Amino acid sequence: MKPSISTPINPTEAINIPAIPHTTVSPSSPWPSLQLRELWEYRDLLLILVWRDIKVRYKQTTLGAAWAILQPLLTMVVFSLLFGYVAKLPSEGIPYPIFTFTALLPWQLFAYSMTESGNSLVANQQLITKVYFPRLVIPLGAVLSGLLDFAIAFVVLLGMMLFYRIPLTINILFLPAFVFLAVLTALTMGLWLSALNVEYRDVRYTIPFLTQFWMFATPIAYSITLIPQKWLWLYSLNPMVGVVEGFRWALLGTTGFSLSYFLISTTVVVVLFFSGLMYFRKMEDRFADVV
Amino acid sequence: MSDIAIRAEHISKRYRLGERAPYKSLREVVARAVTNPLNRLTGKNKAANKKEFLWALDDVSFEIRQGEAVGIIGRNGAGKSTLLKILSRITKPTKGKAEIYGRVGSLLEVGTGFHPELTGRENIFLNGAILGMKRNEIARKFDEIVAFAEIEKFLDTPVKRYSSGMYVRLAFAVAAHLEPEILLVDEVLAVGDAAFQKKCLGKMGEVAEEGRTVLFVSHNMTAIQRLCHRTIHLGNGLIVLDSISDRVIKEYLNSLPLANEKDELEKIISTLPKDSTFQLEDIHLFQDKKPILGPILNGLPFEVEIQYQVLQRTTGLRVYIDLCDSEDLLLFRTFHDEQADGIPTMNRGRYISHATFPSDILAPTRYIICINAGIYNIRDCIPTPGVRIPISVEWTGNYNRAYMGDTIRGKLAYVIPWTTLEIKNVTT
Repeated sequence: MKPSISTPINPTEAINIPAIPHTTVSPSSPWPSLQLRELWEYRDLLLILVWRDIKVRYKQTTLGAAWAILQPLLTMVVFSLLFGYVAKLPSEGIPYPIFTFTALLPWQLFAYSMTESGNSLVANQQLITKVYFPRLVIPLGAVLSGLLDFAIAFVVLLGMMLFYRIPLTINILFLPAFVFLAVLTALTMGLWLSALNVEYRDVRYTIPFLTQFWMFATPIAYSITLIPQKWLWLYSLNPMVGVVEGFRWALLGTTGFSLSYFLISTTVVVVLFFSGLMYFRKMEDRFADVV
Repeated sequence: MSDIAIRAEHISKRYRLGERAPYKSLREVVARAVTNPLNRLTGKNKAANKKEFLWALDDVSFEIRQGEAVGIIGRNGAGKSTLLKILSRITKPTKGKAEIYGRVGSLLEVGTGFHPELTGRENIFLNGAILGMKRNEIARKFDEIVAFAEIEKFLDTPVKRYSSGMYVRLAFAVAAHLEPEILLVDEVLAVGDAAFQKKCLGKMGEVAEEGRTVLFVSHNMTAIQRLCHRTIHLGNGLIVLDSISDRVIKEYLNSLPLANEKDELEKIISTLPKDSTFQLEDIHLFQDKKPILGPILNGLPFEVEIQYQVLQRTTGLRVYIDLCDSEDLLLFRTFHDEQADGIPTMNRGRYISHATFPSDILAPTRYIICINAGIYNIRDCIPTPGVRIPISVEWTGNYNRAYMGDTIRGKLAYVIPWTTLEIKNVTT
């Protein structure tokens, strides 16, 4: 029999004993939990993966980060010649080049991030089959790495605004919200596409088409004023309409889009985002077995 | 709280056959949706379903105490890697559960996540983060890692320019500086040159001595014997034996298939795991220009012919034969290129290597010949101990010719030229 006298524990000693984490490994439950706290614990990994993607992107290219500027710039030149000069599309009284460039920036941020994160799980299958971490880190990191290119190109946009003498207004304070919405839309698509891609490689071939069609369904080369008023509600189901028009409103002061339509865009994203997150969590347990 | 580190209870893992290999395409799913109702009507589906699954692990239970170093052995496909993957949470068990007390570090591969375009310095941070280290933890151990890997001069060179030896050293160095309470290691020591392997083993030994729990999957019996007091032998997803290492290893080696007959040899060769560099195709044993059917006669030379494919141009690829006694003790090893002056490079292609063992070296007893190939400084191409062929030897040679019935002391019966002269003493 042990004596029942309990030895007093020295408080400093008690602090020094490291808490031993306890994990239970068990079969997948039918209802996935989001486990965002665990995601936060792996923020170091998230940051380093973003850093890796950025670091590697322009390695062994001669022009390097200049590509971040050249891509939207060259697209703008082509659009300006084709749609602005030849087709003479209306641009709400704003010089066509900057009208389209303002839309191209968030679009390229979205398109790049969606493509990268859609392919991210398959591209990182070596990691997924060999190490444990919350799988969300992968598509999330891929989306975030697109922000640097955006920031570089944004400086050019500010330069162009100076050149065209477009004054900055108080509206620019809302810009971060629209950037956030673009990133959220890309992440939403990234969650759906990357999880589907693990099981169906058809997704990889679908993404380029999806991007192309989506671009024509977004007012980038043309003005939203060309869309008949009665169809605007349908048109704004495309979340990128809200983002692009938000950019034009915040920077150029256009008024073709109203708040109610913007709310439709936002609601669509939020619904798709949470359903995508649930789907991703549900499929996550199988990634390492299937990829 | 008890002193248990891992408690596995009835862990089972089911894989759909072929699930890991080809992914589904949408077309297939559509096709299946169309054909499935048809199958259900004809009752085909049931039979197909039964075949489609494979239990990689089947009701595996064990307990590992804190500070214990446990080896896991078994043939390919026995479920060793699946077990480590479940314990490290990469994949979920189909049934059963495991309780794990402590931070788990898993080393299922050397250099997971290394990016060829990044420098050694950058990869240390990347790989460290992937293995679960915090950034300041890596920064604190950075110098130690670099020193262990012996790559000081190449820290700022992209790792794609590293030699394979350097690459592996750097990768292991990062992994070796993980400090979890529980370390899961899969076959990491099969890499690097002998000196580095020794260093790795030393480091692993240190880890075990520090009181951390180690689970160590390997084909390297010597390493297991050195590091682990206890070993679990897995076979077909079940625990065959869980006991003291010496006993488990001995029984494991005895249970390995021997290529007694041609059919069996072919089966063993065809089920070898695929290797990116070396593919064994055929093995023939000859004596007196005829295939060996019965025992080998030690009075005649005997020949081993190994046919194989080299799948990519490789420097230092060595085909070798181990001659072991009936208890798997290595007597000697001979390499196909041991006469070369420099380290040769083999081109892609199909080869036949031919070794002739001279007469009068084998004793009239049983041996096991193990055939394998390795890339110098890097790895073995077939999991050790390679393809094992038992031979028995009959006494027809010159060794001890006049005393043929006498027992032979020693593992070999080499005929050594002797001369004996009688000294005619004249001084008396």
